[in-house]
Amino acid sequence: MGLKSKLHNFKEKNRGKKWLPAFSAIHTFLFLPNDTTHGGTHIKAADDLKRTMNTVIMAMIPCLIFGMFNAGYQHHLALGEIQSVTQGFFSPEFWTMDNFLVGFWKILPLVIVSYGVGLGIEFIFAIIKGHEVEEGYLVTGMLVPLIVPVDIPLWMLAVAVVFGVVIGKEIFGGTGMNILNPALTIRAFLFFAYPTWMSGDKVWVHGAVERSKEIAAGANLDAISGETILGSLAQGQQPDYSISEMFLGFIPGSVGETSALLILLGGLFLIFTKIGSWRIMLSSVLGAIVMGLIFNVIVDAGIISEGSKFFGLMNTTWWHHLIIGGFAFGTVFMATDPVTASQTNKGKWIYGFLVGFISILIRVFNPAYPEGVMLAILLMNVFAPTIDHYVVRGNVRKRMKRLKVKTV
Amino acid sequence: MSNDIRIKKGLDIKLKGEAEITLEQAIISNYCTIRPEDFHGITPKLIAKEGTQVKAGQTLFFNKNNEAIKFASPVSGKVIEVVRGPKRRIDAIKIEADKSQAYFDFGKLDVHGAKPDTIKDYLLASGCWPFIKQRPYDVIANPNKSPKAIFVSGYASAPLAADLDFALQGKTDELQAAVTALSKLTEGHVHVTVGKHTNSPFLELSGITLHTVSGPHPSGNVGTQINKIDPINKGETVWTVNPQDLVIIGELLLTGKFHAERVVALVGSSVEKPRYFKTLIGSEVSTMIYDKGIAKDAHVRIISGNVLTGKQIDPDGALDYYSNVISVIPEGDDYEFFGWNKPIFNKVSTSRALTFSWLNPSKKYDLNTNTNGEHRAFVVTGNYEEVFPFDIYPMQILKACMYEDLDEMEALGMYEVAPEDFALTEFICVSKQPHQKIIRAGLDLMLKEIG
Repeated sequence: MGLKSKLHNFKEKNRGKKWLPAFSAIHTFLFLPNDTTHGGTHIKAADDLKRTMNTVIMAMIPCLIFGMFNAGYQHHLALGEIQSVTQGFFSPEFWTMDNFLVGFWKILPLVIVSYGVGLGIEFIFAIIKGHEVEEGYLVTGMLVPLIVPVDIPLWMLAVAVVFGVVIGKEIFGGTGMNILNPALTIRAFLFFAYPTWMSGDKVWVHGAVERSKEIAAGANLDAISGETILGSLAQGQQPDYSISEMFLGFIPGSVGETSALLILLGGLFLIFTKIGSWRIMLSSVLGAIVMGLIFNVIVDAGIISEGSKFFGLMNTTWWHHLIIGGFAFGTVFMATDPVTASQTNKGKWIYGFLVGFISILIRVFNPAYPEGVMLAILLMNVFAPTIDHYVVRGNVRKRMKRLKVKTV
Repeated sequence: MSNDIRIKKGLDIKLKGEAEITLEQAIISNYCTIRPEDFHGITPKLIAKEGTQVKAGQTLFFNKNNEAIKFASPVSGKVIEVVRGPKRRIDAIKIEADKSQAYFDFGKLDVHGAKPDTIKDYLLASGCWPFIKQRPYDVIANPNKSPKAIFVSGYASAPLAADLDFALQGKTDELQAAVTALSKLTEGHVHVTVGKHTNSPFLELSGITLHTVSGPHPSGNVGTQINKIDPINKGETVWTVNPQDLVIIGELLLTGKFHAERVVALVGSSVEKPRYFKTLIGSEVSTMIYDKGIAKDAHVRIISGNVLTGKQIDPDGALDYYSNVISVIPEGDDYEFFGWNKPIFNKVSTSRALTFSWLNPSKKYDLNTNTNGEHRAFVVTGNYEEVFPFDIYPMQILKACMYEDLDEMEALGMYEVAPEDFALTEFICVSKQPHQKIIRAGLDLMLKEIG
């Protein structure tokens, strides 16, 4: 075993050097370390943080690959070069090499920038603070390319990642200590710093922004429109996509958020592996359903007129909310982040329910930006410690009561 | 108060190397070693200086902070060495055993007629008091405080634990004498818990409150049972005694001799023929581990105690004061290529993240001492609760110990726990945090600040 002993000797020789965590990060990526237990349990279970994070990434890979095909598909469809899919999920029009390559060359740079910048910062902080590189960014780095528009300029992404990792995570003490979900902090930064790149009907399809610039410059071309379903609904228009297209994911949107089917499979995988919290996912869906139903009742009762700017989204059948926009992706992959979610089992029910509930609330009442799940999760991230506090107080009160019964 | 305790949360870690139900007399150990560190929080004041001749039961040292608590020699012989560490702290007291053992005669005690104070003084003088531990704080019981109840777990659920029904066979008289004596020291009950479908000698005892327990580990931990039977409130004290130590107490009461003999299981996947031995406290483990056990230069870890809570000892080390198991498992100081993401079939896991121990729950594993990952901050939530049967929030109480908030620790239930209760959460911890050490430090802080 040449490599194994060479790396081991290198590690031993440089023990105590400041930059060793950077080497260790790569070393432990190749080899499970040779650490043995000291002074506690003499045996340990198989799972470590790397395995946990890796499981989440595996659940996202189908969304990433689908996103690559979809980017090419939406691009070609908008240009009128191909017809929309007709034969369900495995439509040959969709799964073409051409579609894939368009998406691959657009999305691969997003992945590289996300990981390159984010991990770079993690390495620097690990060296400065003298601890090992923690694995938190492995998941964040994969989430980020999946929740941005495909054409987002790479420098914006880089700036946002710097902001998200430094302000969202490192100043709180790094992995495990942050209040806000770092991936959503990055997205929120992009959304407020560069709103024209994060909303509207131009950014969701590759080539649309470029085309509108060419038109503005005087070129005689047809404009590409790539309105998301939520965008259309917010403007009171019915989107031209069928329910099955929405569910399967052949719609414009952020890179990885479109296919509710694959997100559902990813969610089931996370629940099966016990890595993702089923409590949060289920209660979030329940919360969204309740809010959706409330709005449907309001519409049915005639409280709101058809002319209202909220009518389109309020009138959306309650279960459609679950498969359009970023709700499914946020619920499965972002709301379940164990660090920023509620940490008690009871708290997870409350937290998840409110995430779903508020997502739909913001979605309906904010026509300028009809995507509520990001803000709902960030808001609930802030409230999660408070929820936990009251859940834990309940346990403490039970103990106090026991004492009182005794002394009486 | 329940008589049938069913534990649902927990984890049975099934390991290779369970002891065969055969008992051997271990070779008589030439040396006996007593390590004061076995008695947490005790500052020893040495009586038996180097060269002193002692009988079995005679005091070696006492507790500086409470001179009534004495620690006795398990053998008769000559104190040949007092090993000292930094600041002249006593690390170990080594006694060369006589060929024929002489016992100090404490005189029989009629437990039925004796007054509580007589029993207490008798136990203190004879060196049997250290077998009685107390909660809160998981230290040797304070003789000046009367406990609200005494708990004995007659059921062992830890990985490769000694079968208590077997180890206590034929000791009914000793156990009866001991529980009768102890029951006079408390106003409450002596709660004894046994497993289901057992032929435990405890079934025949009178004067105890008997409970049965079933379910995965830590159902056999006395802490779990206290939590389910009569949880400890602020200001209350309970005592706990290991059943194998009750036998020693009982024999003392019946014969007047401190006969520190116990049945010890030699277990673990590295042992050729795991089985039971009869030996004395403080005996060298080398008297047991080499005969059909391990090779001389085997790359193994020898543990006095079980694999979750025991102490690592050297091959020339000795059985510690409280354990009735010696576990020997392979060391795991090797790298594993892509060990963090490849599918795992040969290790235990509570998740299913490409770990497959859920497929075959009855499979026995050969686990080594590798940590399977590096130390990290707390990240994953909700997994400790699955193996922690207390009505306590485990991660919150661990964090309270880490930031040393005494009020929070007290409110979250620190009086009820001992480090061993956090052995399973430590075992499954994804972030590889030292839970037992954190809890021990928290308890020590509370003991120092609150008392």
